[in-house]
Amino acid sequence: MRRTLKQTIDEILSLAATHFKVPKEQLTPEDDFFKKLGIDSLQALELLTRLENHFQVELPDYEMQGVTDFRTLAERIQTRL
Amino acid sequence: MKNFKGGTLSWELVDGVVELALHRQPCNEIGSATLEELERFVDALVTLSGEAHALIIYSTLKAGFSAGADLRELYRRAQGMAPAERVAGVRQFLERIHRVANVLDASPLTTIAAVHGVTFGGGFELALTCDLIIADKLARFCFPELRLGLIPGFGGIPRLKRDLGNAVVRDLLLTGRSINATKALAVGLVSQLTAEGAALRVARSTAAQVRKFDRRTSEAAKKFIKPIPYEELRREIEIFCELFSRPAVEAGLRKFVESTDAQRYLP
Repeated sequence: MRRTLKQTIDEILSLAATHFKVPKEQLTPEDDFFKKLGIDSLQALELLTRLENHFQVELPDYEMQGVTDFRTLAERIQTRL
Repeated sequence: MKNFKGGTLSWELVDGVVELALHRQPCNEIGSATLEELERFVDALVTLSGEAHALIIYSTLKAGFSAGADLRELYRRAQGMAPAERVAGVRQFLERIHRVANVLDASPLTTIAAVHGVTFGGGFELALTCDLIIADKLARFCFPELRLGLIPGFGGIPRLKRDLGNAVVRDLLLTGRSINATKALAVGLVSQLTAEGAALRVARSTAAQVRKFDRRTSEAAKKFIKPIPYEELRREIEIFCELFSRPAVEAGLRKFVESTDAQRYLP
């Protein structure tokens, strides 16, 4: 069964919390993940790869250009599921 | 020289395997300092090859294998130079890096790139000189050069074309998008996919396997199956220099160097 947007957001927040050592309860869908996770552009690529591996999708980086919050990220992933 | 510790890279000969470690912060950007040490390495490789059967190239940095050419240095050096002087400088750099890449490509040893994280541009091109690419599952490959108004200049396209279908090459080149290691394995770019942080260990185990075979046979097999596209490599330098003289390149470099955008690595 296809994931709902809510499930996708939840999985993204869990993955981000685990790998970037931020308590999940401190993350919300509207957060700017660069600021909240304290990541730079190279680490953003790591996040992108982790998301691709987790959801087993390809996320062309040009589609990620300008995306900074978890919700929009989840919406982009949804289009590939 | 069996062991060397430089500012950007180090090498050592361990149990018949030459290990070349890249360690220039932040992500092994290839500028003149790295080039000089790579030249020292390929000169030493002639002697090392007599005592080894394999070469492993890897990075000790968490960010990845290499983010490619040092664009800051390229931009800084070009400042205040006349266009013709600028092109002459870049041509000289390309001639030197191509010599390094060609020596690595033609090495009689079985060569393995053990990559993780960012493997972009010139870093990707360095990996492509190797016989095998072993990638950890967080590795990412990209040719972002077109956004600077350039093509890859360290031999990337001819070597990628040698290994992969032209459609994949065009996808990577013309969209500038990056692909992960799983995709790279699926298209035949990567020969083995490993767990996070395990690429070097798997490369060492592969090098130990290679050692079981007669060195001359491996060398003959490699020579037969891995022709070096010298003509296209020469053409690449010409196209790169032609493009480099355009104002769009300076603008692209300035934009990258001065950017504070959190996503500046994305094409």
